[in-house]
Amino acid sequence: MENIIEIEDLNLYYDQFHALKNINLDIPEKTVTAFIGPSGCGKSTLLRTLNRMNDMITGTRIEGSVKISGSGIYGKDVFVEELRKRVGMVFQQPNPFPKSIYDNIAYGPRLHGVKNKKKLDEIVEESLRQAALWEEVKDYQKRSALSLSGGQQQRLCIARALAVEPDILLMDEATSALDPISTLKIEELVQELKEKYTIVMVTHNMHQAARVSGRTVFFLNGEVVEADETNTLFSNPRDARTEDYISGRFG
Amino acid sequence: MIRRKELDNDLEQLRSLLVKMGEHVVEALDGAVTSLKSLDCVKAQEIIHADAKLNLMEEEIMDIGSRLIVTQQPVAKDLRRILVAFKISSDLERMGDLALDVAKATLRLQGEKLIKPLIDIPQMSSIVKVMIEEAITSYLDENTDLAYKMAQDDDQVDQLYSQILTELYGHMRNNPDSLPQALLLTLVGRYIERIGDHATNIGESAVYLVTGKRPDLNQ
Repeated sequence: MENIIEIEDLNLYYDQFHALKNINLDIPEKTVTAFIGPSGCGKSTLLRTLNRMNDMITGTRIEGSVKISGSGIYGKDVFVEELRKRVGMVFQQPNPFPKSIYDNIAYGPRLHGVKNKKKLDEIVEESLRQAALWEEVKDYQKRSALSLSGGQQQRLCIARALAVEPDILLMDEATSALDPISTLKIEELVQELKEKYTIVMVTHNMHQAARVSGRTVFFLNGEVVEADETNTLFSNPRDARTEDYISGRFG
Repeated sequence: MIRRKELDNDLEQLRSLLVKMGEHVVEALDGAVTSLKSLDCVKAQEIIHADAKLNLMEEEIMDIGSRLIVTQQPVAKDLRRILVAFKISSDLERMGDLALDVAKATLRLQGEKLIKPLIDIPQMSSIVKVMIEEAITSYLDENTDLAYKMAQDDDQVDQLYSQILTELYGHMRNNPDSLPQALLLTLVGRYIERIGDHATNIGESAVYLVTGKRPDLNQ
């Protein structure tokens, strides 16, 4: 399996604060990787370096290299918009645009130049199908996305991310604001999506990491303590700090 | 390290139940072999009656362990502690049944005289009792060296068992009237040898608890 993401000697500073320390991590393509760790450990910061969301935070300084499909993403010749098309992101709170369901999905493809109505229809349907939302909304595509339930809105956001055909989908606590049934639907969806996409998720829910991911990375104080097969990490971690954290004995 | 009060208390309870089960098995084996040596049927009956307690303790371990899995969602070593408690309690319960079988042999021989004074069977039983104690200690202290040492004890038990078989086959050949009792005594040897195997299983569980890997000490 190819490593689609290669992180080498990565250090990130928010002004004086050293938020990520010497991160070396490879993520194979078409897998689900979970980042776990206590608040402030750097897991979300690392996730955001993967589509340069940290660029928007002033005072951020990055050293080292992040490569996606072999190319550095912090080079001067990199178009951030193009990068974010390849590396989609879903956030903790569903954030649909105040537009119709259809227009939410068509937004990205239109931005990238797709004008043909038939083609757009196809993309919208395919994206909603992949996000397991098509059957629930196919007859209401003109309705406001804001009329959907929280769980549906989150799947809509996933569909919106998929509409521009990314390679990687980043999920930043994407189910923490959802009820258990919606959470389960998204977890099942993630299992299907990994056939086509590489998924990296940050989760505070360790049992979700255990259920959903193939690999888990444990972060502490801006460092990667342990990265391993999820089954190994949760059944027989190598590092005592990992064991303490996953057993709920951290502190 | 933060203590998880309910989980830790219940894990401690699992440990103490296993210790109690271990003590019970040692007493049962000791009592059963003593009853056989002196053909003391009253003693044998006591052993048989006491077995129900062991079964109850196994059930209690199953109940506590499954409740912990459901309510506390343990992982890593916490989970292994529970899995190991299930496995060890099942081994101990089986060991109790085998001790009970030895006691039943005493009842079968009621009114008879032993064809020979029992020497090797009590000796085998002494080694097995030590093995049970070692097994429980290796689990309690998470002492893998002790667990591996038990494999050597088990070899000694196997050797004695084979000696018993040879001797009893001799009796059967030379004195066909002794056949039913000799056959019964070979079974007793077999029961005690099996108790030893279960003790090494417990040693394996101790190694699994510590390392997450399963060795085979029964080779």
